[in-house]
Parts: sequence; structure tokens; C-alpha cells
Amino acid sequence: MLESLPSTKPQQPTNHHPFTKQSTTTKVASFELRKNDKYYAWLFLGPSLLLLGVFVFYPMLRTFYLSLFLTNNFGQPTVFVGVQNYLNLLKSAPYLASLRATVTYVVGVAVLTLVLGLLLAAMANQKLRGIGFFRTIFTATMGVSVSVSAIFWLFMFNPTTGVLNQIVMFFGGQPIAWLTKPGWAMVAVIVTSVWMHLGFTFLLFFGALQSVPKSLYDAADVGGASAWYQFWHITLPMISPTMFFVGVVTLISAFKSFGLIDLMTAGGPTDATNLLVYRIYKDAFMNGNYAQASTESIILAVIIAVITLVQFKLLAKRVTY
Amino acid sequence: MENVSVQQAQRQRRLGNSLKYFGLVLLALIVIFPFVLGLWTSFLPSMDIAKGSYWSTHLSLNNYVAAFTKTKILRYLFNSLVISTLVMIAHVFFCSLAAYAFVFLKFKYRDALFYIVLATMMLPFEAEVIPNFTTVRQLGLLNHYAVMIIPFLTSAFGIFMLRQAFLQIPADLKAAADVEGLSHWQFYWQVTLPYSKISLVTLAAYSFLGSWNQYLWPMLTTFSDHLRPVQDGLRQLQSEETFNDWGMIQASAAIVVVPTLIVLLIGQHYFKSGLNAGAVK
Repeated sequence: MLESLPSTKPQQPTNHHPFTKQSTTTKVASFELRKNDKYYAWLFLGPSLLLLGVFVFYPMLRTFYLSLFLTNNFGQPTVFVGVQNYLNLLKSAPYLASLRATVTYVVGVAVLTLVLGLLLAAMANQKLRGIGFFRTIFTATMGVSVSVSAIFWLFMFNPTTGVLNQIVMFFGGQPIAWLTKPGWAMVAVIVTSVWMHLGFTFLLFFGALQSVPKSLYDAADVGGASAWYQFWHITLPMISPTMFFVGVVTLISAFKSFGLIDLMTAGGPTDATNLLVYRIYKDAFMNGNYAQASTESIILAVIIAVITLVQFKLLAKRVTY
Repeated sequence: MENVSVQQAQRQRRLGNSLKYFGLVLLALIVIFPFVLGLWTSFLPSMDIAKGSYWSTHLSLNNYVAAFTKTKILRYLFNSLVISTLVMIAHVFFCSLAAYAFVFLKFKYRDALFYIVLATMMLPFEAEVIPNFTTVRQLGLLNHYAVMIIPFLTSAFGIFMLRQAFLQIPADLKAAADVEGLSHWQFYWQVTLPYSKISLVTLAAYSFLGSWNQYLWPMLTTFSDHLRPVQDGLRQLQSEETFNDWGMIQASAAIVVVPTLIVLLIGQHYFKSGLNAGAVK
């Protein structure tokens, strides 16, 4: 289709092209097009703007509005209380515990995913026979959804029959109460989440490593720099934008974790893994406390917005708007 | 003397390589162990699994038969396939139209609108479920395919990504098309879309997977078993099975994961080049 556009010789009409007009009419035509832009803009943008308005903008405003009220069981605002909901939340021990748990989880997931993803990518970036096989395996978790991951790992974390405790006992340890001891439950959901994120992270890091110019390493080889030195002084600086990108994406994704929590721990034991989104869900749809859930939603939105803004700022250096 | 050092170097290289292979195999085992164990146990009798003895030799397809006959897993898969395919097509379509407008159309408030759209990228869907739930209830969409499709027909991320791609189209091409008298629709359909194929495919894969992995929203908005998408379906199976029929649950998980893994394997080459072309450099 592209070839049929005579881009180099626009003056010469080609008869086989159905949209060709005589060159005398071109000025009129393009003027008409300009004029038409407005209608096309409505047509092309309309659906997206409508949908974003209804399902993104309005709900954000509405959530903020609800967060300033008390609400009844149907989620209708009753009494205006201003910022009281926020003050209550920030003084509430359970909420602060939830916030702390979320930060632990999010930081744990992001750091481990980054380190392991980079390790996998560095290992897969070697010239070895059969390396393609390993690359394929390292991307495998990309095909695994949240429910499947949860099922796989729940099975392994099973306290009596699970393979992890069998390993622990094989080495003479006491079986661990994964998922029912607060600390271990956090470990379990972090491990599962890291595993889930690993395939995608690997793929991005691998792409980044492959795009580092080979000449840089050649020059370093000539200079007699060690592999370790090359990693710190060539590889890391060259892939740092990808590291940053992956870090932010993982961070945001971890902040939004819901399915894993719902399937593995349901927020327990004793709220140890009651992360922000799960808490919102419970407060709104199980306890019917829509005002509090809305307030929690706004706090979550602010946290994610700040992270995204930082990302934009740094991306803007590389992406042309 | 020369020979000795060459031999030494060779031996060292061989040792280095075996170390590398050892590391690779170890990492590969860690990554695929949950798959392998899950797949293996899906062939074992639940009795053996309950005793924690995985070295059974009583392999059978009984768990799969049970999953296909006793559960609605096929129906869940079908639902997800329909929903995700529709979301994928519509999402790419609406995002590309909007992106086209931001790149090739001149109209009032264009930049302001673009920044507004960009701003919505910051707003997480998870923080908006309460009003969205009310909205779809009032629209009468609850417990219907539409409720899992309509909110995801477009996205700021998709519009932004395709705008970046469309900006790469040479201005000459547009000028030539204007001279040729191509309408905007014709230029969109015949030039813009074919020109940005890689970005479109990447966005398509992204939206399909996004829809396939939806969890919270379908869980809130669908109650009928025959409408349930696959993630929610697995959740249902997992919570219903109070007897912990792990063999059948693992078989269901395998039924869900194996098709995606095959697609991933086939699409891998393309996906990799697509991601690299997506210029995360």
C-alpha cells in the first residue's frame, strides 16, 4: 500500500491509484481537508474521550468527592466531613500497618525482581551453545496469569504436603507455617509475585543488554579491564534507563496487587498481608464503608501518581513529546 | 612451553563454560520448577498428593477428565477468549484513532486535550472501582460480557504509545497523501496503520494479556458461572474445592496455562524483536 503512494513525484498523476486527483485540484483538496479536521477530530477522538471521561475521570472525581463525606450502605454521601476521613485514616493503627505492609511488599518485590531479572539476563546474554533454550525458559513466566501462579505456589507452600516444607525437613529443619505466620506469609506472597514478574523483567533486561554496543566491550578488553569492571562501568550505565523503567513498572504493578493476595492469604494472617488494594476492596464491598474505601483509594492514587510523574520526568529526557 | 599454556587456556575455558552452564541450569530449574511440579502432579491421584508422596507411578489423565467434566473450565476459557479478543481489537482501534487525531489533525485545544489524556495514565483503575461499579450497575451492565469489555475499549497508555509511533511517520508521506487527495480515513487506514504494524501488534498483545489477566473487576461484576472469565473461574474452583482436590486443580491450571505457553513460544521471536523495536533503550 505504501508503494502506491508516489511520494517523490506528487505532481505526476498515476492512473491506477483510485484516489488520484488532478494536480489543479490539490490546493482546494488540502484546504478542504484542513477544514474537515475539526469534524474528523470529533469522530476520531470522541469515543476515547467519552470512555476516559466516564471510566477514568468521573470516577476519580467521584471517589474524591465521596472521601469528603460519610456514606450510607448504598455508597451514597450523607454528611460532609471535609478531610476528617483522611485524618482518621492516618491515625488508624490498622491502616498504617497496612501501609507499612504494602511498602515492605512493594520494595521487596521490586528489588528482588530487578536483581534476579538482571542476573537471568546477564546469564542469558552469553555466547554458548544452546543458550536459546535457556532464554526461552527464562521468559516462561510471562505466560502465567495471577491465578495460575497462585495455584502453583499455594501448592508448594502447603504446610503439610508442600514441597518446600519437604525440602526444609529433608535438611533437618522444622516445617514452616507459610501463609499462616505473618512474617512468612509476607515472604510467600513476595516470592510468588517476584516469580510472576520475572519473565517480563528478564525480557526487557535482555533486550537492553543486547543493545549495548559491542565496541565498548572490545575497547575495554583491549584496555585489559576485568569482566566485573566492565559490568559496573559499561553495562550498568548503559542499561540504567531500562533498570529505572523496569523498577517503576514493577513498583506500580506491585502497588496494585490484588489477585495474589485474594487467592493466597485473603489479607491474613491478622492483616499481615492486607495490602492497600485488598483493603479498599474489603472496606467497600464487604464492610460497606464506602467513605473510608474512597479515602484509601485517593491515597493510593496519589502514591501511584507521584511515582508515575517521576517516571514521566525521567522519560521525558529520552522520549520526544 | 607454548603448547602447555594453550592447553591450560583451553582447560580454563572449558571449566569456565561448565560453570556457566551450571549456573544457567540452576536458574532454569528454579524458574520452571513450579510449572514442572504443577504439571507432574496434575497426572497424579489426589490421594497420593494428599499424602505428599510425589514419586507415584500411578500416572493418569483422570484429573483432566474430572476438570473437563466436573468443572466449567472450558467455558471459562471460552469466555476469556471472547472477551480478550474483543477488547484487543477494539482497544487497538480506538487508541489508534485517537492517536491519529493527536498527530495528524489540527484542532483547537489539541495539546491541552493531549495532556489531559496523558494525565489519566497516572490514575490507577484499582482506585476507581467504587464509582465504576455504581456506573455499570446503573447502565444495567452487571453480569454481562459487556461489563468486562466496555471500560477497557481505550486507554491513555495505548493512545500515548501509538502517538509516539505515528510521530515516526515521515511528514513527506502525509504531504504526498494530501496532494493525492487522500481523506484522513484513507490515510489512517492505508498508510498509518500499515506503517506502525510493530507498535500495533505490541499494543494488541499488551491489551489481550491485560484483559486475560483481569481479576478484580470480573470478580466484582460477574456472578454467573457461564460468564466467568478464566482467572475468576480458577478462583472459584480453588475456593470451592474444600477437600483440596489438588490433582484436579493442577489439571485445571495446566489447561489454562499450556495454551498461553504455546502461544508465547510461537510468538517469542516476534515478541522479542517487537519489544526491542519498542525502543526501551
